[in-house]
Amino acid sequence: MSKPFQVPKSLKKNPFHYCPGCQHGVAHRLVCEVIDELGIQDKSLAISSIGCSVFLYFYIDVDMTEAPHGRACAAATGAKRARPDLMVFTYQGDGDFAAIGFNESFQAAARGEKITSIMINNNIYGMTGGQASPTTLPGQKTTTTPAGRDPETFGYPPKIAEILATLEGVAYSARVALNSPKRIVEAKKAIKNAFLAQIKNLGFGFVEILSTCPINWKMDPVSAVKAVDKVIEYFPLGIFKDKVTPFLKNLK
Amino acid sequence: MKKDKKILAKGVEAIVFGALEAECKCYFGYPITPQNDIPELMSRELPKRGGVFLQAESELAAINMILGACATGARAMTSSSSPGISLMCESFSYLAALEFPAVVVNVMRGGPGLGGIETSQGDYFQATKGSGHGDFRFLVLAPSNAQEAYELTAKAFELAEKYRNPVMVLLDAILGQMKEPLVLKKLKIKKYPPETWALTGAKGRNSRFFRSLFLDAEELKQHNLKLMKKYQSMQKEIRYEAKIEEGDMVLVVAFGSMARLANEAIEDLRNKGYQVGYFRPITLYPFPYKPLKEIVTQAKKPLKILVPEQNCGQMVEDVKLAVEGKAEVISLPYPPSVVPFPEDLKKEIKKCLNLSKSRKV
Amino acid sequence: MRLELIIAGFGGQGVLFTGNLIAQASMLADYHVTYLPVYGPEMRGGTCNCTVVISKKTIASPLVLNPSFLIILNLPSFLKFLPRLKNKGKAIINSDLVKPEEIDNLEVLQKKHKLYFVPVNSLAESLGKPMLANICALGAFYKISKIFSKQNFEEALKYMLGESKAHLIEPNLKAFELGSKYIEEHYQIR
Repeated sequence: MSKPFQVPKSLKKNPFHYCPGCQHGVAHRLVCEVIDELGIQDKSLAISSIGCSVFLYFYIDVDMTEAPHGRACAAATGAKRARPDLMVFTYQGDGDFAAIGFNESFQAAARGEKITSIMINNNIYGMTGGQASPTTLPGQKTTTTPAGRDPETFGYPPKIAEILATLEGVAYSARVALNSPKRIVEAKKAIKNAFLAQIKNLGFGFVEILSTCPINWKMDPVSAVKAVDKVIEYFPLGIFKDKVTPFLKNLK
Repeated sequence: MKKDKKILAKGVEAIVFGALEAECKCYFGYPITPQNDIPELMSRELPKRGGVFLQAESELAAINMILGACATGARAMTSSSSPGISLMCESFSYLAALEFPAVVVNVMRGGPGLGGIETSQGDYFQATKGSGHGDFRFLVLAPSNAQEAYELTAKAFELAEKYRNPVMVLLDAILGQMKEPLVLKKLKIKKYPPETWALTGAKGRNSRFFRSLFLDAEELKQHNLKLMKKYQSMQKEIRYEAKIEEGDMVLVVAFGSMARLANEAIEDLRNKGYQVGYFRPITLYPFPYKPLKEIVTQAKKPLKILVPEQNCGQMVEDVKLAVEGKAEVISLPYPPSVVPFPEDLKKEIKKCLNLSKSRKV
Repeated sequence: MRLELIIAGFGGQGVLFTGNLIAQASMLADYHVTYLPVYGPEMRGGTCNCTVVISKKTIASPLVLNPSFLIILNLPSFLKFLPRLKNKGKAIINSDLVKPEEIDNLEVLQKKHKLYFVPVNSLAESLGKPMLANICALGAFYKISKIFSKQNFEEALKYMLGESKAHLIEPNLKAFELGSKYIEEHYQIR
């Protein structure tokens, strides 16, 4: 009899350091399941970024290096160009990908680099203690928007998955969430397609994963998971660009 | 035996040929004057050899593309000029911390700020004293002619791999833009197999990771001590050129193109019977403290040391450290864009000699 | 043997190309050379100059305060660089733009230096190639300096022009000949 549920081979056995209710752990697991299913563990090169997920190398069992804050997509570009046979992916937060590193992210996507980027969007800077991030929601309270984010002074949160979808070089762009089993299944599909965009040499693969930060949202884990539904009102879930599915269909 | 090809080449072209001789595989860079010949030539030459050329969207991106490429063990190089190098400094710190063998070329121009595009040696401090945050060192090579630029650039790749540390080739715009004959010699550049350490996909081995974050105090201390030991071991790479004779009363210490002007001045003065010596550091880090100190302590007469630089006085501080107060050290600052002729240096040296004589009496 | 040459003129007169070509030809004649262009803002429209040092020995400084040879293609360059010419130095002067009769202290200068007035613009125009005035001056330099051979020049020219501009070799050689012949006919070269 086969075991229906196992720890992915590419997930290290280290206990997560993440806070209770944080969804990094779920996202890590999904990435590892996809790596296992695609059989790319021994040809992957991951770029970990700066933020809570900087310790990615303690959890995902593939070759990995850190990059300076925001520069993961540039580092991934260099690695992929030097070794096109490797499967190169970045795992970044919304601050790393969309604030300090947006130019590197945007340009790599525009060039159609054959890399995969996972952006965890929890609307806040978690590691530094809950400051506003580019994707902090209008009205959301953070330590640097104590009265709530006022778009008049702080501007509006950019919808990264939709923005990247407009770029010719992007082969796959989707926004997913992890606050229900169904959504988790969909998220995994999206991550797989973002990797397939690279494996099939179609272009930049991108998934924005809406995630929680109960500690900095000042919520208990259950309320935080529910609160993601509010986030979805501003950041709709969906697949905004998909060259992968038609490509795979044509193969059949 | 086939004779090596001799061409008339700019310093910046010599750098490209040196990199190609060392089988540099990747070049990433962003345009900035006065070093654009490097990316332009690389964009033509690298693809022919199966290499990768990519114009990055910024120096920030360029240096991190280097980081990614170096992580895979590929020979990778970037080049820029002063303001662009400043943008890369954060990542220099990461490259050193992660111990990636990057090669960086800085063709210096005048600063601070946007400065100008005229020649300068204003980035001496930046290159030798860290540039980014934390305790780290670049190995810095300062050629003074096209041939040396060719050979040192090729060597830079070997040294970068030997120490798994970034290496900088530092030159000023005069050297970058002037042309002189360059013999495209076959060079023996040692290779260090990346398979033993690099991120090549964890096939048949455990996965590897590189990090610079050590939240555990003891771990961070050990990491720093390990790096420090490495920088100490780099001392054996010290290179310099010296022309010293017994009885010299003035010693001119200069690097890069300034060393050429100084060399011309002292040769001329020596022919006229003046007792003048010359010392040119080729590695700026590690700086040749010991050889310089030995010259001073072994001198028969008290030496005066003149340090002309195309900046407001930077290397002079290392010269002072080297001589440990045993000789008078005089700074000759020439701010960016003001390049002295050898005649100007001769005047300064003579002034110095006269002072020495009068003191003797 | 050591020769320090400064070539100066307007941007667009081919000053840098000429210097580069002389350096290339001299290298082919087995000399040490350095070629230092003045680049940057001075390139655009204003005066432009470059320094070429040619020597049997290794060259330290590529910068020269007092050159032993000048190629002067316009009046501002004449005013700027002639005072820096070494005693007994030589100068080729574009007499179309710097007329000998308009030089106040011509006799004094001629006692100090050897001046060669060559109407390089007119020579080039006679070929129907006004752009080649610089190469006429280079022909004159060849004849006076005797550093490199005609074959060296031709080889350097081919190298510099490359395949895409190979059609320019012929007119360049003609301009070179004209400059060289002008010296032969108007000046005595020992």
